[in-house]
Amino acid sequence: MAEKRSFGNKILTVVFAVISVVYLIPIFEVLINSFKANAYVNTDTFAFPNSESFVGWANYIKGMTFGNYPFLKSVFFSLFITVVSTALILLCTSMAAWYIVRVNDLFSKIMYYLCIFSMIVPFQMVMFTLSSTADKLRLNTPWTIPIIYLGFGAGLAVFMFTGFIKSIPLEIEEAAAIDGCGAIATYFKVVFPMMKSILISVGVLEVMWIWNDYLLPYLVLDRTKYMTIPIHVQYLKGSYGTVDLGATMAVIMISIIPVIIVYLFCQKYIIKGVAAGAVKG
Amino acid sequence: MKKRKNKASAAAVNGHLVSKPIRRCFPIFMLPTFIAFCIGFIWPFAQGIYLSFCKFTIPKNATFVGLSNYVSALQDAGFRYSFGYTTIFAIVSIIAINLFAFTVAYLLTQNIKGANIFRTVFFMPNLIGGIVLGYIWSMIFDGILQKYGTFLLAETKYGFWGLIILMCWQQIGYMMIIYIAGLQSVPEDMMEAAKIDGANKWQTLFKITIPNVMSSFTICIFLTLTNSFKLFDQNLALTGGMPVKFGADGSMVNTTEMLALNIYSTFYTGANSRGIAQSKAVLFFVLVAILALAQLRFTREKEVQQ
Repeated sequence: MAEKRSFGNKILTVVFAVISVVYLIPIFEVLINSFKANAYVNTDTFAFPNSESFVGWANYIKGMTFGNYPFLKSVFFSLFITVVSTALILLCTSMAAWYIVRVNDLFSKIMYYLCIFSMIVPFQMVMFTLSSTADKLRLNTPWTIPIIYLGFGAGLAVFMFTGFIKSIPLEIEEAAAIDGCGAIATYFKVVFPMMKSILISVGVLEVMWIWNDYLLPYLVLDRTKYMTIPIHVQYLKGSYGTVDLGATMAVIMISIIPVIIVYLFCQKYIIKGVAAGAVKG
Repeated sequence: MKKRKNKASAAAVNGHLVSKPIRRCFPIFMLPTFIAFCIGFIWPFAQGIYLSFCKFTIPKNATFVGLSNYVSALQDAGFRYSFGYTTIFAIVSIIAINLFAFTVAYLLTQNIKGANIFRTVFFMPNLIGGIVLGYIWSMIFDGILQKYGTFLLAETKYGFWGLIILMCWQQIGYMMIIYIAGLQSVPEDMMEAAKIDGANKWQTLFKITIPNVMSSFTICIFLTLTNSFKLFDQNLALTGGMPVKFGADGSMVNTTEMLALNIYSTFYTGANSRGIAQSKAVLFFVLVAILALAQLRFTREKEVQQ
């Protein structure tokens, strides 16, 4: 019986190995097509580049400036917006969550329920008014869009942080207060370090959301001056009569390679963070 | 929920030592999030509700028109079509994604070699954004279909099944993670007991494993449901609502357009129907909220039973 099962498991391993390879084909397709001349991407999508269709790095070089907007600029803005927004969300909402749990007055309660409420509101509900508000307040640049992300993303973050802080025993903070720690010192020296695991979980969720977000920055940012990677890709594909598919694939490849590398190194945290967020959200 | 509340209020009574200094630091702890939350959520939400009763091109020139936006929205053929289309899409994708995800999760927890590598591979598409996903798959589908002398935007069914395949590829890994977490928490002694009682693998699966991961099923089904209803990026990038069908009365319907994309195009293709678009958005919000409340209710009932 035991031997039979291990044989079955071996077959399963082989089956899954085959499925895994098939699963990766789309990414592999992007890779091989990014080395083909435009005309061949549509006609010989699944063929390997040959002497006729192979263009070397030409697509990558073209992709850098294709569409009258330097791609690296989009990469920079994507990176900046993601990092700053995530840092801002983690810092501000964890502090707010601590205030909500520990002060627990009427204002805190209202704020808490508004945060939960905001989690079920789809973006389409607020997209028009949010972008006009951002315009009016001049928050329509990459340098200020983190404030918008903090506002629209506060719901889930506050909800996850309050859930965690409720499980921290009050005695530790009382001891800190008796020892003469002020609120700010208590927070940064005692509470914040204890929240490491939940900070990572929330951080992963925010990074995945903001890095891939298309519509919010598209509507909020001044598009003639600022693009992010998803906006850039959409712009290349969407607004041209004739699209250079080879160059587009090169751009897509550049945008997914860093993500895959980060994923392979931090997959433990990423998977844990996603699972925690899913169960709670 | 009640228990949690009691605990929290008890903490507030005992915790004056802690809470007083925090309250004094309101501007540092609460104010930044509160201001941003007002700008990024509360004000746009309130203004959005108000504008759904107005005719406007920009918020400044709004004139109150009562419920007429809602009437027009509900009479709009494109909006109705996208509601039906989204519903069918949601049903098919819920079944497909959860069936595959659970099967994969179940097999990967059978102590097979390389399970971690497979898990890593299946989860990977989740990290790629919707826009990029849409263009990767539109290239692949066009590559396949051109062998048969056609293309992705030629027929509604291509766009529909294409989006289903895309969403399966993206979401199976995510749901699989949740199912694996559920499967790993099934009590070992229950499995042992079933084995001793002579239950075979199928009996164990249906009588022990599945009842024990019901909460994972609830979570995943509702996640796929709300994801399908809120889907935008993938829809925009894969087909953008194409192909168009003309009705006998001259009305125009984008046959692969889902709700979110319909609202978006109503807003931004021409400024004349923004009031209608906003009222569609409110209806959309109510729909999503009902789904979310149903989930909450359903999960709570399950918790009581356990």
